[in-house]
Amino acid sequence: MTTRVSRRTLFAFLGPSVMALLLVGIVPLGYAVWKSFYYFNLPKLGQSRFLGLDNYTPVITSSTFWAAMGRTALLFVFSVPVQIALGLTIALALHRPGLTFFKTLTRLALVLPMATTYAVVGLLAQVMLNQKYGVINQMLGWFGVDAINFIGDPLNAFIGVVIWDIWQWTPFVALVLLAGLSTVPTEIEEAALLETKSNWTVLRFVQLPFLIPSLVAVLILRTADTLKLFDMPFTMTRGGPGNATEFIAVLIERIGNRQFDIGLAAAHSIIMLAITIGLARLYINLFYKEMR
Amino acid sequence: MATSHAGRIRWGEVVLLIAICAFCIFPFYWMVTTSLKTQVVALQSPPAWIFTPTLQNYIDVLFEDKVGASLINSLIVAVSTTVLAVTLGCPAAYALARFEFRGKTDLWFWFITNRFVSPVVLAFPVFMIARELGLRDTHIALILMYLTFTLPIVIWICTDQFRSIPYDLDEAALLEGASQWRIFRSICLPLATPGVAVSAILSFIFSWNELLFAYILAPKNAKTAPAMAVTFMEGYSVPYGKIMATSTLIVIPVLIFALLASKHLVRGLTMGAVK
Repeated sequence: MTTRVSRRTLFAFLGPSVMALLLVGIVPLGYAVWKSFYYFNLPKLGQSRFLGLDNYTPVITSSTFWAAMGRTALLFVFSVPVQIALGLTIALALHRPGLTFFKTLTRLALVLPMATTYAVVGLLAQVMLNQKYGVINQMLGWFGVDAINFIGDPLNAFIGVVIWDIWQWTPFVALVLLAGLSTVPTEIEEAALLETKSNWTVLRFVQLPFLIPSLVAVLILRTADTLKLFDMPFTMTRGGPGNATEFIAVLIERIGNRQFDIGLAAAHSIIMLAITIGLARLYINLFYKEMR
Repeated sequence: MATSHAGRIRWGEVVLLIAICAFCIFPFYWMVTTSLKTQVVALQSPPAWIFTPTLQNYIDVLFEDKVGASLINSLIVAVSTTVLAVTLGCPAAYALARFEFRGKTDLWFWFITNRFVSPVVLAFPVFMIARELGLRDTHIALILMYLTFTLPIVIWICTDQFRSIPYDLDEAALLEGASQWRIFRSICLPLATPGVAVSAILSFIFSWNELLFAYILAPKNAKTAPAMAVTFMEGYSVPYGKIMATSTLIVIPVLIFALLASKHLVRGLTMGAVK
């Protein structure tokens, strides 16, 4: 149920929020679009000049941009399926009745990784993955595995980021899928289990259809968050060694903050923003039907 | 299903649940124990599990390394942005839930889209603008920029909450001649307290955790705790104990809030799409 109200009332309620978000969200974007057409480098402001689309051409054609995008995609491809597999296992375990005390405890524990300051997660990775002093290598040693140089070797550093991403976001995936499981009507689930006596059949034919929305939500949000991922790889490796863990957000930060090329960083940002808006539209069209 | 197992504890399941808990908690255990190690102990190889704990790292970081000041900066920024987001966001959420107007869907889409925008897109333009306006390295710059994610959180969670309040109450009040503002303030807002509280907690957590804006916009005086923790890595010998002590100090408040709002954290992260 909704009411029609006067323009003045409407403005009184919505005006402040809209103005605030215009100020902090849209004005900087406008500025970014404007600067993206210029050569605009902080220490060389005297050389600023109009470039038109010339900041965009190197972005599209440069190997650094596509390499960073490729790494971001690879991170997604390696970590998200694992997060879904582990998350589903956890969700199914929590969904079974009984053992209430342990399950409440587990749910509380699951909340911790995703709330943890992302920068601290990166620092923890540094400490725990260290070749000499790291506890992870000590544990690997118990199983006869030689100490791995996680931070110093390009491939291993990438694997380290994947492992840490899995640690932080598997609980999130588990809780989203658990919410999905709770939408399955209990009678149907129990009847199917009595009928087939197979947990697998119940999962495949009864629970999975109800899980599709949660899975889609997980895929879209993980894509958006992987594109945004900055804090954890930045504190863990600074994008290195070389640029082995330079994901797209880390690359843009380097161009803007360490090369001072604001114009080029802006061009990168605008391209990333376009991808982001596409994702957001997809998510909104799928999940906010009641608003349309 | 449960009845068929009545009286018997399913040990396999218990072990699995304990393993999940250990998986989630172990890094925190390691963080806290490392923060209690001296640098000599922290640099033992293989790492020590049993040692004499010391609080020296905490004393050092709080009183010598300005981590105390950065925690206060974090607190000022996170609390201010949360208060501002709730003050601005609640009326907007009420309007989205209750009023009929043109462009409502587009407005809603715009609010939600903010969840997807990477801070790195905004950081440099804002850096330049803040430089022009003399707002670099101030709390105000951070407080305002954090609205880009706190305001949408407040709006989407509170809109949901206002929608769940029966419309009959509004109607009765309207018949009595109450203004929309009066209905919002005296009837709906008190009933929406749980949603407002959850959105405030989530705003606080996300602002407290933020690194990128803080790192770029507040390099010195307004430096927040996560940005401070990062600078420890920039030395020659890495002070593990100090880094973990700082990390522990940063993480404790968010973990407490996360546990308080544990049922709603996922709702916040999915913008209400997953209940």
